[in-house]
Amino acid sequence: MSKKITIEPITRVEGHGKVTIKLDKNNKVTQSRLHIVEFRGFERFVQGRPYWELPVLVQRLCGICPVSHHLAAAKATDILVGIGADELTATAEKMRRLMHYGQIFQSHVLHFFHLVSPDLLFGIDADPAIRNIIGVALKHKDLAVRGVLMRKFGQEIIKVTAGKKIHGTGAIPGGINKNLTIAERDYFLDGKAIPSVDTMIEWALDTVEFIKSYQKENRQFIDGYAAFPSNHLSLVAKDGALDLYHGVLRAVDAEGNRILDDIDYSEYYKYIAEEVRSWSYMKFPFIKSLGKEKGWYRVGPLARLNTCDYIPTPLAQKEFEEYKSYTHGKPNNMSMHTHWARLIETLHSAERIKQLLNDPDLQQTDLVKKGQKASVGVGLLEAPRGTLFHHYQINENDQVTMCNLIVSTTNNNEPMNQAVNWVAMNTISGKPEPQITEGLLNGVEVAIRAYDPCLSCATHAIGKMPLEVAFVDEYEKVISSKCKNID
Amino acid sequence: MSTKINFTIDGKNCSADKGMFVLGAAQKNGIYIPSLCNIEGLAPRGSCRVCTVKINGKLMVACSTPVAEGMKIENETEELHDLRKQIIELLFVEGNHLCPSCEKSGNCELQALAYRLKIMAPRYPYQFPVREIDASNPKLIKDHNRCILCKRCIRAIQTDDGKNLFAFKQRGCKLTINIEPSTSAAITDEIATKAAKICPVGALLKKEVGFVQPIGHRLYDHLPIGNTASLNIISSREKDTNT
Repeated sequence: MSKKITIEPITRVEGHGKVTIKLDKNNKVTQSRLHIVEFRGFERFVQGRPYWELPVLVQRLCGICPVSHHLAAAKATDILVGIGADELTATAEKMRRLMHYGQIFQSHVLHFFHLVSPDLLFGIDADPAIRNIIGVALKHKDLAVRGVLMRKFGQEIIKVTAGKKIHGTGAIPGGINKNLTIAERDYFLDGKAIPSVDTMIEWALDTVEFIKSYQKENRQFIDGYAAFPSNHLSLVAKDGALDLYHGVLRAVDAEGNRILDDIDYSEYYKYIAEEVRSWSYMKFPFIKSLGKEKGWYRVGPLARLNTCDYIPTPLAQKEFEEYKSYTHGKPNNMSMHTHWARLIETLHSAERIKQLLNDPDLQQTDLVKKGQKASVGVGLLEAPRGTLFHHYQINENDQVTMCNLIVSTTNNNEPMNQAVNWVAMNTISGKPEPQITEGLLNGVEVAIRAYDPCLSCATHAIGKMPLEVAFVDEYEKVISSKCKNID
Repeated sequence: MSTKINFTIDGKNCSADKGMFVLGAAQKNGIYIPSLCNIEGLAPRGSCRVCTVKINGKLMVACSTPVAEGMKIENETEELHDLRKQIIELLFVEGNHLCPSCEKSGNCELQALAYRLKIMAPRYPYQFPVREIDASNPKLIKDHNRCILCKRCIRAIQTDDGKNLFAFKQRGCKLTINIEPSTSAAITDEIATKAAKICPVGALLKKEVGFVQPIGHRLYDHLPIGNTASLNIISSREKDTNT
């Protein structure tokens, strides 16, 4: 008879998820699946709305990375009003970049300090009562305070560029609705009211040092946990540099061979398709030329450092070289190294923010441009957790008739499934009496969290993420299950 | 014979010219009475009832009631506050007012009144009516989800030869604002801008313009509706926008 035990610890993944692990007669794992069990209808309910509402409307997919959706939609609506990404005014382009790097910075800090660090500092099997940000604050106060102040810095950057820390309105079709005043600029440079951008760079460097030391001391865990070969995809600048706001689409395989060779992203649909599977509301994207079985790929910090040739800021470039030398220049396929890559990007973002703050173009007044209207617009950028696709069509009355969003989480759907499968295969498979322990539940979350602390953008969520792990037999009968946060 | 009328509002002695309506007379005396459908320069209609006050103990509409000698007007009372609050709540539940993604947010009088009256959530159930948006006009979008039928556009927008550009269509809960087909082509950029400005809620929007005013520079971002100081603050901020 199946047994169901409900536990309610604090969870650090947002959204709804369910994991089923199929066991054979010898308790060997034959299949593991991460199901996304809730539906989110943004693609449908923006239909009929005027296109200029899109950047404000669709950003409500997410409270962690609304800026990414705001800017991806803005890039798509630029095309609709006849302005290519390279045709924005310098002020508009740089204000958007400042907003975006503020977003990457705050989101990466949130991801690492608030959501991931408890696993690293206390261990993935630790008591969930202390394995959270409050536990970190009590035991590692300086680290927690730093995390809070770094996130605040990023949020303040978003506020001065978008108008609000969450769900602002800064980017509009063809440009931006404000520039950066001298007072706003100095707020980040002088270090009087909040720690300065120089302090952010210093702290970001310290955090990279922390993850490097941690990796040296916990090599087996960091290198091995949920590691598997895969393809990797991201935008890169035309010269191959890491570029989180704009570029061409590049994909490499596990060995570093090019699969997509710097293609124009407005034609992404020629190269990428999405598969629907009956057991999940989240689609499975894949590169068409490789097919459904082999065409899946990873996006996000790990993928970005695998696809780009270099990082165009000096401190991050130095860290990038050390990071790449660990895999002898080959793509890095170790899921937990995503955190290392994420922190290098955090450093890069701080450096870019400093460059932008010191750029006088941000005080110029030429903010918006318009050209020949188009009926289709595609906008891509690198959101904190990976490549974000926004694709819209409008009718002759300016109303949206089609919307396709492939969010970062969706791009990482198969990799997250692979990671969950790795956990199942390596922790319970073949054991005489496999148990669903708290360690297993969190182990699954640790694997997902390397990619994403949040499944809600790809699905739908109100409040905490319920996670259910169930063992099923060969006849799909539930042998045992445990749930988090399911009433 | 004096043309000045003397009256009190909440016990304060006030005076106004004969023929003024209570709403305008209160404003002349520095007292704000909330209103939605009223607009300066046009004959009052008294259709929204938000400006309801108590005159000599009776509930009456301030926008269309002329002041009279010796009137005792109640404005800031719990009873009237709750009455106005209910009207605003009913307007919210009867339409689909998605403030967070609305271009008019921050400049919207309905939203501003909801903030002023401290509405956290309506006491009435949402109706979620199914309403289409009409984007067929080349200059204007009509979003019926947001329309509160205040009739401002009908009353204020006319062609040079005095023809109305907007009119009511159908009746009861199906009532909508309609752009007169015969005069539709006469809607210029200027008229579209005027219509979008005169609409208190963003039901009329000028096409291809959205969110150009940054947060912090919109009419009610800093001070509530009814506070004239907010207008001065906005104009001084406008000067600083690009410096």
